[in-house]
Amino acid sequence: MRVNGKGLIDRSAPVGFTFDGVRYDGFEGDTVASALLANDIRLVGRSFKYHRPRGVLTAGSEEPNALITVGRGAEAEPNTRATVQEVFEGLEAVSQNRWPSLGLDLMAVNDLAAPFLGAGFYYKTFMWPRAFWEKLYEPVIRRAAGLGALSGLPNTDRYERAWAHCDLLVIGAGPAGLMAALVAARAGLDVILADEDARMGGRLLAETHAVAGKPGHGWVAEVLAELSSMENVRLMPRTTVTGAYDGGTYGALERVGHHRPRDDARRPRECFWRIVTRRAILCAGAIERPVAFRNNDRPGVMTAGAVRAYLNRWGVAPGRTVTVFGNNDDAHRTARDLVAAGVHVAAVIDSRPGVTLEGFRVISGAEVCNASGAKALESITIRHQGREEKIATDCLAMSGGWNPSVHLTCHMNGRPTWAGDILSFVPSPGAIPGMDVAGACNGAFSTAACLREGAEAALRAAEALGKRAAMPDLPLAEDDPYRIAPLWHVPGKGRAWLDFQNDVTVKDVKQAAVENFRSVEHMKRYTTQGMATDQGKNSNVAALAVLADATGRGIPETGTTTFRPPYVPVSIAAMGAGAEGPGFAPQRFTTSHKAATERGAPMIEAGLWYRPSYFPAPGETTWRQACDREVAMVRNAVGICDVSTLGKIDIQGPDAAQLLDFVYTNTFSTLAQGRVRYGLMLREDGFVMDDGTTARLGEQHYVMTTTTAAAGLVMKHLEFVHQCLRPDWDLSMISVTEAWAQFAVAGPKSRELLNGLLDQPIDDATWPFMSCGKIAVQGIEGRLFRISFSGEHAYEIAVPARYGDSLFRLLVARAEGMGGGLYGMEALNVLRIEKGHITHAEIHGRTTAFDIGMGRMVSQKKDCIGKTMSERPGLMDPERERLVGLRPVGAVRQILAGAHLFNEGDAAVRVNDQGYVTSTCFSPTLGDTLALAFLKRGPERYGEKVRMVDHARGVETLCEVVNPVFFDPEGGRVRG
Amino acid sequence: MVELIAKSACDGLLPKTIGSLTLSEAAPEAITSVTPFRGQEAAVSEALKAQIGAAWPAPNRMTGRAGARVVFSGRGQAFVLGPRIAPIAGAALSDQTDAWASVELSGTGAADALARLVPIDLRPGVFRQGHCARTLIFHMPGLVMHTGQDRYGLMVFRSMARTLVHDLESAMEAIAARG
Repeated sequence: MRVNGKGLIDRSAPVGFTFDGVRYDGFEGDTVASALLANDIRLVGRSFKYHRPRGVLTAGSEEPNALITVGRGAEAEPNTRATVQEVFEGLEAVSQNRWPSLGLDLMAVNDLAAPFLGAGFYYKTFMWPRAFWEKLYEPVIRRAAGLGALSGLPNTDRYERAWAHCDLLVIGAGPAGLMAALVAARAGLDVILADEDARMGGRLLAETHAVAGKPGHGWVAEVLAELSSMENVRLMPRTTVTGAYDGGTYGALERVGHHRPRDDARRPRECFWRIVTRRAILCAGAIERPVAFRNNDRPGVMTAGAVRAYLNRWGVAPGRTVTVFGNNDDAHRTARDLVAAGVHVAAVIDSRPGVTLEGFRVISGAEVCNASGAKALESITIRHQGREEKIATDCLAMSGGWNPSVHLTCHMNGRPTWAGDILSFVPSPGAIPGMDVAGACNGAFSTAACLREGAEAALRAAEALGKRAAMPDLPLAEDDPYRIAPLWHVPGKGRAWLDFQNDVTVKDVKQAAVENFRSVEHMKRYTTQGMATDQGKNSNVAALAVLADATGRGIPETGTTTFRPPYVPVSIAAMGAGAEGPGFAPQRFTTSHKAATERGAPMIEAGLWYRPSYFPAPGETTWRQACDREVAMVRNAVGICDVSTLGKIDIQGPDAAQLLDFVYTNTFSTLAQGRVRYGLMLREDGFVMDDGTTARLGEQHYVMTTTTAAAGLVMKHLEFVHQCLRPDWDLSMISVTEAWAQFAVAGPKSRELLNGLLDQPIDDATWPFMSCGKIAVQGIEGRLFRISFSGEHAYEIAVPARYGDSLFRLLVARAEGMGGGLYGMEALNVLRIEKGHITHAEIHGRTTAFDIGMGRMVSQKKDCIGKTMSERPGLMDPERERLVGLRPVGAVRQILAGAHLFNEGDAAVRVNDQGYVTSTCFSPTLGDTLALAFLKRGPERYGEKVRMVDHARGVETLCEVVNPVFFDPEGGRVRG
Repeated sequence: MVELIAKSACDGLLPKTIGSLTLSEAAPEAITSVTPFRGQEAAVSEALKAQIGAAWPAPNRMTGRAGARVVFSGRGQAFVLGPRIAPIAGAALSDQTDAWASVELSGTGAADALARLVPIDLRPGVFRQGHCARTLIFHMPGLVMHTGQDRYGLMVFRSMARTLVHDLESAMEAIAARG
């Protein structure tokens, strides 16, 4: 219920929202949790395993119980913490993990079976029969357990990622963080202040403390006003720093759209920030821990600090008759604030003896040992001086003390230190390079101490960054001592809950110890304590205290489990933002792309490039028809193909020729100007890296061609060679791939076509096979190379890329007028297989020059990269699988790439493997299936028969081993 | 009589204005890569000054002015963005004019939009006007230049023009939609 006159919500701005289909009212500034509590809604969810009714436990991002699904359909966001989700007009929220409804959850039958379902139950019970696990047990368990469900629909929401840079990142905007940011900003540092709350101020918004004589939130507003007026400060509310990484980099998740209606589809839901900073100050505060006692999970049992927060920040009394239970002085504040606000406090139960307080009933030296009420708390039972007493109450505010939020300090494998005086772990100094710690997360719990530590940390940061800063006059604030006595769990019968989110009880942890899972890491895995969305923020320390007790060790000896990023759940969509759909990878389009798609060419991806597969003609219904036609066109007339995607590297300088001789197996220093040579390049380990042609354009000027897929690899290789192996060589290298639009003009009529276009006609004498030089088309200067991948009389013509589209259309029109036309990648592949030319299907990284029949291309007159390694005995072994051609000889005419080869009469099993097929096609030129393959002693076996067996597709074909050059082996056609 | 028709790298894609930001194609008249050979750095710098009035730039810097810039583009290499330059003795030149898609992002919040895609520190006091960097533009290697107040030049391989526009558009929309 709302409490008049309390809270920082805007009562002039009512907001309507629905929960499980029922409309409720809240105010601007409310979270779903505060608005539901204001409407007296206690039951908000069902627990993970036993489907126990659960209510709001906390008021922050650590909330384990109040998980809701926001939105519907593809927009539904499961596992949203109601304590974080702000209300806005039209918000639709539903409860989770219940069927058919939250009030009547049939899966709650699990709770009755609880004696059988304790920790380790699955491991022990579902071992046998083995096959049942996947088919029966797991599906059933998965159906019964769990949190919210995904919609199963593609996510249509936008997310984003961004970078930010600063001198100082302050994590958390409570008193320590605000003070740190203020001091650092005044000293001139570039400051980012990130806070996960929608409203900055931390506990100062949740308490009634005065700061500098003003209400805490008033002081916060003044500081924020000053900070926002400074150009060197960036305030990032709703931003949770999720992880600390190397080099001063922090991950952070900003909620951008979650708190607003979906009125702009372009607005991201979340932004995942990578913040790079020189220094950081962690001011993450502390999280209150519950006390474990029987039925302490009843809706209405909350942490004491949360009850205070709902009262002071949101003007909500979570109950009409509240009891307080704690082991520390801080819990008393809850009772005082409630009474001051006119809320009835039935009793304050303090586990410590001798506590006296004014204004309400105090039961000192007592413990709460049970809670009653099914879907909402009705009463508690206390144990005092050996007697039990029942107290009627609808809200219990409990406090087992506060745990500093040390998480981020442990992200680089640092371990926190036990501080016996506050019964908590505190950060170990220097755990994250460049990160300082201040305030409650450092174990300084009073407001005055937070302000002081924040200022001091900022001074250290300023000094480290060479800025001068003075200690400011700290505002006057409460400096109450934090007195606490150990109380982890209240002994007794029944289930006392430690981890609300994973339904782990004190008994489960003790059972782990009994079963010898005594290490805290083993206990965690055995019981699942500390898993799921809250990652044990509420339960870790209490659970390990119970474990310590059960194993007879102290808490520091027991230690903590490993804290890992992210601090709060981060959607995968945020981490991968922008990389879906066309953002997955850059798309590279040739200048002829538009013209090719206009002709209906299906595209295939080669590297990042999109290349036309084939060009369907009217009446053609299959790719094969188009492909056969295109091949015949090239063999009989002239074909046009965009080959701009091949890598082109411009190499110039006095030592350019030396570089080529060093990286290629064959020699290029002897290549005449105006000539082109085919080259083979090895990796350092002696295997083939790439192949291609290199043209000599001038005395010290070459242009190297690489395959499409290996262009980047070869460029990197050349840079490595130049920078690391031969930095003494004077030369220049730069990619010119994209500067030129280059088209293959292939076929017997290629020269005739070109001569209709070129400003100066060409002939065999001036442009023999493997020549190159400058040409011009209508005054536009370009380059011409007489080279051939198809085995036909062919050229590649290159013009500046801006003219690519225009020249392409021109070439196609001319070709079509001569009985030719376009050909795509399918036809290109057939043409090269007919000629036995290799691609990366053959030079796939495990083949040598020897294997592909180019052993003699490794020059004996000079050294080259990979030469020595390629001469290792194992790589020159005639038994190696070497390149051959295959043709079918039996009734089955199909040869399939990837199939393996076996000798006739051998069983088709691994040990009899003779090789494998790499490329295959139907050759319209030869009217049969052709294939390239690697076969043991291949070239020595021409004329033999081998069995091709494709185990995956169930095809077996008898093949004859032949020379891989199927068509025009003399090479007469290429010379025209 | 045939005629070859020129098309720019971002033909049909730009300009676009979203919120306070404008993305437009900004292709210089020519892009020429210059790599001085050993010991020729000073002479090449003099030659550049003589030809276009801009000296050899330090790493991650550019010299000159709009329409005649020399931009650091890698180890021992710079791009001349401006008029086509004559051969320089002692340097390797290559014509890169058509190899790049060149765009300009301008308007209030331009750096914020770029921070969605570019990992380097773009704070105005760090990446000042006249600074440039070979870095990533989302998934693409590129060249980023701070050419003026709220004004950035961006270059990626020509074939990636569509992706560049797509990525920048997404970033601009996200900024605008924050409202």
